[in-house]
Amino acid sequence: MGSYIAKRLLQTIFVLIGISLVTFILLQVVPGDPVALMLERRADAETIARVRHELGLDRPYIVQYLDFVKGAIHLDFGTSYFTREVVTDALLRSFRVTFKLACMSFVFAAAVGIPCGIFAAAKRGKGIDTVVMVLSIIGVSAPAFWVAIILQIVFGLRLNWFPISGFDSPLSYVLPSIALGARYAGNMARITRTSMLEVLNQDYIRTARAKGVRRSVIILKHALKNALIPIVTLIGTDFGYMLTGSMLIEKVFSIPGIGKLAVDAMSNRDLPLLEGTVMYIAFVFVIVNLIVDISYAFLDPRIRIGKGAK
Amino acid sequence: MVKKFVGFFNKQKKFEEDIMENGIRYSSFYGDSFHRLMKNRMAMFCALVLVLLILVAIFAPLIAPYDPAYQDYSAVLQEPSSAHLLGTDEYGRDILSRIIYGSRVSISIGIVAQIVASIVGVALGSLAGYYGGVIDSVISRIMEIFQAFPDLIFAMAIMTFLGKGVINLFIALGLLTWVRTARMIRGSVMQLKEKEYIEASKVSGASTYWIIMKGLIPNCLSTIIVLVTLGIPNAIMYEASLSFLGIGIQPPTPSWGNMISAAQTFISYRPLYSIMPGVAIMITVIAFNIFGDGLRDALDPKLKA
Repeated sequence: MGSYIAKRLLQTIFVLIGISLVTFILLQVVPGDPVALMLERRADAETIARVRHELGLDRPYIVQYLDFVKGAIHLDFGTSYFTREVVTDALLRSFRVTFKLACMSFVFAAAVGIPCGIFAAAKRGKGIDTVVMVLSIIGVSAPAFWVAIILQIVFGLRLNWFPISGFDSPLSYVLPSIALGARYAGNMARITRTSMLEVLNQDYIRTARAKGVRRSVIILKHALKNALIPIVTLIGTDFGYMLTGSMLIEKVFSIPGIGKLAVDAMSNRDLPLLEGTVMYIAFVFVIVNLIVDISYAFLDPRIRIGKGAK
Repeated sequence: MVKKFVGFFNKQKKFEEDIMENGIRYSSFYGDSFHRLMKNRMAMFCALVLVLLILVAIFAPLIAPYDPAYQDYSAVLQEPSSAHLLGTDEYGRDILSRIIYGSRVSISIGIVAQIVASIVGVALGSLAGYYGGVIDSVISRIMEIFQAFPDLIFAMAIMTFLGKGVINLFIALGLLTWVRTARMIRGSVMQLKEKEYIEASKVSGASTYWIIMKGLIPNCLSTIIVLVTLGIPNAIMYEASLSFLGIGIQPPTPSWGNMISAAQTFISYRPLYSIMPGVAIMITVIAFNIFGDGLRDALDPKLKA
């Protein structure tokens, strides 16, 4: 177990170094001079050179990279070129919003997806099974931002139940959470169903049935416990995706989260902010996956003993 | 990992029973698979839908009632009517025609991005799987880094680096999806290279290039076909998402994603404008997914993950 965690940690450190390098190459060596864009062509060459020097953009790339890594370790990505806000502050402020959104979407997805999956497995081949599976394939195949717009049209504009933008009152959380969670609810339903069906085919379930245990007890107590193991890993990864992939939903509902920060930084070519956001999002994603893998190892002795993950 | 994924409307059991009862009638591997696929009604229906979609994309100029770029300022944001079946957009352009032309963008991007991903993925995956050792470690570490990035933010970073444009979008989407192919091919090649027939080619002096190209890749072909089919809807979804965020296909070229983005302003009084392009995306994605699932069941049941 210890060696597995150590191996996984080492791998994570390596991946983080790789991420910083890729981010740096993609964004620092970026075409389209941010300084020229920032000064909106009003400035002469001399001013541009002076600003470039002030921002440290005239140094060799390797020096800039080392500086970038040093900053990243201290969670210091500099200040935004545009708003002059400290990048870390902007990140933390936006991340708090996104985290809340991801948590609520996660609760929605799990609360809808897992029971639906259990139900579909219990009623395998019946009408309800087909309905759940059709709904889940729609959930997985519909673009999240489009689901968001439909929710806005139906529940925001037509029924007028919920506000269609912002993220400040409990009512305004509802539509974005459903929109972001829908896809994962579908995913969870599929996986829960498959996992349940696999467990329900095993001998110990037949034994329980032969003993005359009630079907509901078999499903909820005997089967679910074992079926949960793959579900836990997969929904952990899903949480990582929700935390890092909310930019579409944030755009539709004008939510000031980390995704909106990234999109804005990108359209302004605000390099420190963009680098900070990309690094931060990738970092969160890697850490969530690390936690999921380690907790999976705790849950499943087969991995703990040795063959490694994946 | 879940070993046995019971796919939607999976008729696998039935085929097996059928073969058990009637004896194995089909000799070749692909003939066999084709027969299994033909029996999967849902997959065949989706194949039909896909053929129709591709025909619509190819013959868009003949089918679309209007030029998708034609602006008619006397008919802006109209409701559906007999002249404009799905109404018009904010420039007076026919929405139906734009959706029809949008299918060209989405489907071609999905296919080209998957071709890019397959070339990169098969090349690197087979090298890593065949050589092992240092080459495998280096390629595997690269794959890990690529996988560690959340997909949309990675696509955004690549598009920032490359700049906007269709060709760059192909590259970005290819880079986003090659890892899956590479992982699968690496695994298959690692298993296959231990087989006797590869041993035999080595002994008889075949070059490494020959062994990989003639001995290993043809055996991975069914895996590649399935990965491409299931990868296309993914790429279509990414394209729509990026275009929606304004970093994919740029207006005035119609794409389903950028149409929804434009329509967002008008949801209060022209809801259909934003709904219809999404329906097009959904139909395409579902059709590819179910057909891909059917293809996987028919060609390579091992792939069920």
